[in-house]
Amino acid sequence: MKSKLACAVLMAPFFLLLVTVFLVPTGTAIWLSFFAQDQPGLGFGPESTVFVGLRSYVAVLSDPTFRGGLLTVVLYCLIYIPLMVAGALTLALLLDSGVAKLRSWAQMSLYLPHAVPGIIAALIWLYLYTPGLSPIIDLFAKGDIHVNFLGLNTVLPSIVNIALWSNLGYNMVIFYAALQAVPREVLEASVVDGAGPVKQALRIKTPLVRGAIFTVGIFTLIWALQLFTEPVLLSQSTPMISARFSPSMYIYDAAFTRNNYGLAAAASVILLAFTVALSYAVTRWTNRKAA
Amino acid sequence: MTLLGRTTVNVVVGVAVLYTLLPVLWLVLAATKDVDALFNSDLFGDFAFVENVKNLFAMDKGLYGRWYVNSILYAVIGAATSAFISIAAGYAFDKYSFRHKEKLFGLVLAAVMVPQTVLALPLYLMASGTGLVNTFWAVFIPALFNPFGVYLGRIFSQGYVPDEVLEAARIDGAGDLGTYFKVALRMLGPGMVTLFLFQLTTIWNNFFLPMVMLSDQLLYPVSLGLYQWNSSATVSPEYYPVVIMGSLFAVLPLILAFMLLQRFWRAGMTAGAVK
Repeated sequence: MKSKLACAVLMAPFFLLLVTVFLVPTGTAIWLSFFAQDQPGLGFGPESTVFVGLRSYVAVLSDPTFRGGLLTVVLYCLIYIPLMVAGALTLALLLDSGVAKLRSWAQMSLYLPHAVPGIIAALIWLYLYTPGLSPIIDLFAKGDIHVNFLGLNTVLPSIVNIALWSNLGYNMVIFYAALQAVPREVLEASVVDGAGPVKQALRIKTPLVRGAIFTVGIFTLIWALQLFTEPVLLSQSTPMISARFSPSMYIYDAAFTRNNYGLAAAASVILLAFTVALSYAVTRWTNRKAA
Repeated sequence: MTLLGRTTVNVVVGVAVLYTLLPVLWLVLAATKDVDALFNSDLFGDFAFVENVKNLFAMDKGLYGRWYVNSILYAVIGAATSAFISIAAGYAFDKYSFRHKEKLFGLVLAAVMVPQTVLALPLYLMASGTGLVNTFWAVFIPALFNPFGVYLGRIFSQGYVPDEVLEAARIDGAGDLGTYFKVALRMLGPGMVTLFLFQLTTIWNNFFLPMVMLSDQLLYPVSLGLYQWNSSATVSPEYYPVVIMGSLFAVLPLILAFMLLQRFWRAGMTAGAVK
């Protein structure tokens, strides 16, 4: 089609948003990370903004609480992502095997948590982790098992559980849709070749839905690195989650509790670089394996 | 397949279904109980559902109702506007060719990767600078931006709008924009519902941005309001039943939307995953 004007009109609203709520803020974050507000000697007079170069970056990277947060989120990803992908794929393969009963009911039920807002999912589970409120803890207590879901070593798995609960069904539906698109001739051929149902699922179907596994993996990774909602809510009830538990919480704390914009901006840029680098690495790795 | 195999498959799926359903069921049960029963281990307490609903809407001079209306405004108007904007851009990416098109599209895809927490401080400062901080717009405008929607919009446009139809419309003398609004947009309808649903979920779930932007309780969405009530509950337990009932009510609209519009989200998720 020819009309450039029409094309511009159709794209204008989106690109206006792209500039104002994405490009300018990203640029501002990078800009801010090189500056600091210096208070004059006795705290009198106006604040001045001075160029400090990489000082904020050094401050963030040498801050043990930031490094601890980064480590926490990496650990979280290492537990959460494999469980999520394997769990969702297994359920999708089971539903696709044709043996499972009440398939569409099962899908609806599994998908249900995705309609529950993140903060409310965290609320429900927080109450299920709270002694006195939780039927789970009562049940365990009857068997003389005493667990503290919000203890030092259990709090991260507890957060993983909330994320898993929220997203398992959503990703299962994506895998299921991809499995449905696998050509039936390929499956029939594998049966003729003597592949049993388990072998068929692992050797034939799974490699054919690589694309979906990659999509789910990368989106789960990007989301997981932003970890904020669940720990912030749980931190209201447990001392095991500090105000700087994850990089996103560190940024919030630096910007809005300590009012140190330079520090918050530097931490933001580091989180962004970390996200881009990891996504790039995963993409490269996947492409190489596919080639 | 063997009987053992069949049984195993159904048991595993059954356990997964229980895992996803039981917490929601607990929420429903807990919403029917009064404070005392809530803190007793008995599963069924005195039936206090109606009373809990009354308390929910009476608490703090009826703040919850206000939050609920806010959430609906943020989510429904925001999602509809966002879907309209995203699909227009996706359509333009599909049907027009111009220089550096794929590079520009790459930029759109890159935007998907950027964490919201990274943008929060600059957005807050920009909103402060323009006087929009602590207003409806501070939460509404950033939520309209949905780069993944443009990606899906392009795929929908490839799939649903054949070039021949556009060609025919032009031969009939229709202008480009006229063709888009009268012909193409109708074909993109199902795709638009999908984008609407996705963004409705995102905005309804939105927690970080309102937390950064809003200090006036009257502007809070439900998510932020319940967060605040929950922190009150750690000091005054009478907030627990209200938070539980409030959570139940906050879950209903999305479940309703998904049930009514089921076939659309399935189509959208398939398009996103397979391509």
